Amino acid sequence: MQSISIIEPAPDAPVNAAALARERRERVLTWVLPVLALVVAIGGWEWVVRAYQIPHYLIPAPSRIAQTLWTDGPSLMGSAWFTVKLTVYSLGLAIIGGVLLGALFALSRAVEMSLFPFAVILQVTPVVAIAPLILIYVDSTFAALLICAWIVAFFPILSGTVIGLRSADHNLRDLFTLYRATPWQRLRFLLAPSALPSFMAALKVAGGLSLIGAVVAEFVAGAAGKNTGLASRIIESSFRNEIPRMFAALVLVSLLGVVIFLATAWLSRRVLGHWHESEIRREH
Amino acid sequence: MKGDPIIRMDRVSKRFGNDTLAVSDMTLTINEGDFISFLGPSGCGKSTALKMIAGLLPVTSGTISIAPAAGKTEQDLGFVFQEPTLMPWATVYDNVFLPLRLAGVTKADARPRVEQALREVGLTKFAQAYPRELSGGMKMRVSIARAMVTRPRILLMDEPFAALDEMTRSKLNNDVVRLAAEQGLTVIFVTHSVFESVYLSTRVVVMAARPGRVADDLVVDVPWPRTEDWRISTEFSAQARRISDSLKGTLDAEHIDH
Repeated sequence: MQSISIIEPAPDAPVNAAALARERRERVLTWVLPVLALVVAIGGWEWVVRAYQIPHYLIPAPSRIAQTLWTDGPSLMGSAWFTVKLTVYSLGLAIIGGVLLGALFALSRAVEMSLFPFAVILQVTPVVAIAPLILIYVDSTFAALLICAWIVAFFPILSGTVIGLRSADHNLRDLFTLYRATPWQRLRFLLAPSALPSFMAALKVAGGLSLIGAVVAEFVAGAAGKNTGLASRIIESSFRNEIPRMFAALVLVSLLGVVIFLATAWLSRRVLGHWHESEIRREH
Repeated sequence: MKGDPIIRMDRVSKRFGNDTLAVSDMTLTINEGDFISFLGPSGCGKSTALKMIAGLLPVTSGTISIAPAAGKTEQDLGFVFQEPTLMPWATVYDNVFLPLRLAGVTKADARPRVEQALREVGLTKFAQAYPRELSGGMKMRVSIARAMVTRPRILLMDEPFAALDEMTRSKLNNDVVRLAAEQGLTVIFVTHSVFESVYLSTRVVVMAARPGRVADDLVVDVPWPRTEDWRISTEFSAQARRISDSLKGTLDAEHIDH
């Protein structure tokens, strides 16, 4: 069989030395600039505290916070681990619950209409207001905190999944109908990939929210004792006026937040980078 | 067999939920090997008719019957949409593989067939590219390769090249005619371009709007497939005028109605 031999020429790659150099410079700057800004900010803070001799029980210098992190590290690590567990579990459960319920909503309009109000009520009621009740009804503190953090992180995943599953191209849907795709094939090869961009956006939001949920829930619970998280360390230190320790715990919470942010951003780029507009690096 | 009826539409009507009569009483017999154009203004129901033939839209009344293909389990009907309609997350290869994958063909069995389909549209080198890396014309080729990968007898095309530039469009027109001739395809090609319909088809079904219906059924009795030279012949102009007049007649009639 004769083949058709008309191939449109591929667009030429930009072989412009100046453009390449500019691109390289920009790539370096995306790292250098934020690091530089951070160093300047911390340096300025250190200098202000030293120059004006601000007492450490008001504002500790960064060096003092670092020192506290070093000395109190072992005692804070247990709490940090507790918060990590709480955050990761609640995010995991939010993903499982949000995706399952989202898929159910996408499959059945009736289910969505019946259950959506509950999801909205859960979302709009501040977790701080529900937490005391949950603490009464649930024996295990960890489980109660988990439920609180889950409520906060769950809704974005749910709505992201529902919107995503609905966003599949209608012509592609027709194509799957034409080729008599089974419901499973439709989900696996069309709906799930179509849902990924909005799911990933939701995951980035939910990642941050699960940490906020974990910290806020612990504040509300006022949990004390050995087996508690960073939020409890912060409250505890404030009662004892240990401001550097408060800051140290705070740094750990922020670090955790940054790690979650980087992880979800990395995952998003990993999953969408080769095809979705939101994660494609423009060359020009 | 070539020339035998392959699609029969018998008094087919389509009424949408908002009470528009998109297609009214359409009766048409299409023979194997025909290259038919549905030509008409927007709103004449040509795309609706095509989707009903593909089974993508249910008919409101009437029947559509397609002569069964002996011993074929995979989809016997290829469909090319107005947009390329590719999965942006999948490579060109995986996009073309899709119909076979959905039919349960294994990767190993599918490989030579997908490669063959890509060769036929000249995209072998781009198998691992993603749709966003391709030009509009190349995306359309992928879409055609995907429609052809199940070796269908019938190819339905819904204004496939309307959004492309003139050069690319004419290249793709030639490619489709060539594929159709080589494989003895029956093609229904929806278009609103008189020239495209004259150049491509052996038969032009002129449709009128409000309600959508068949207004005229004209045979373009010129040897087929045709060459580029024919585009500038007086014969081409004459055929184009004949079909243009028919189309104008339906438009004028509509104008008097309102």
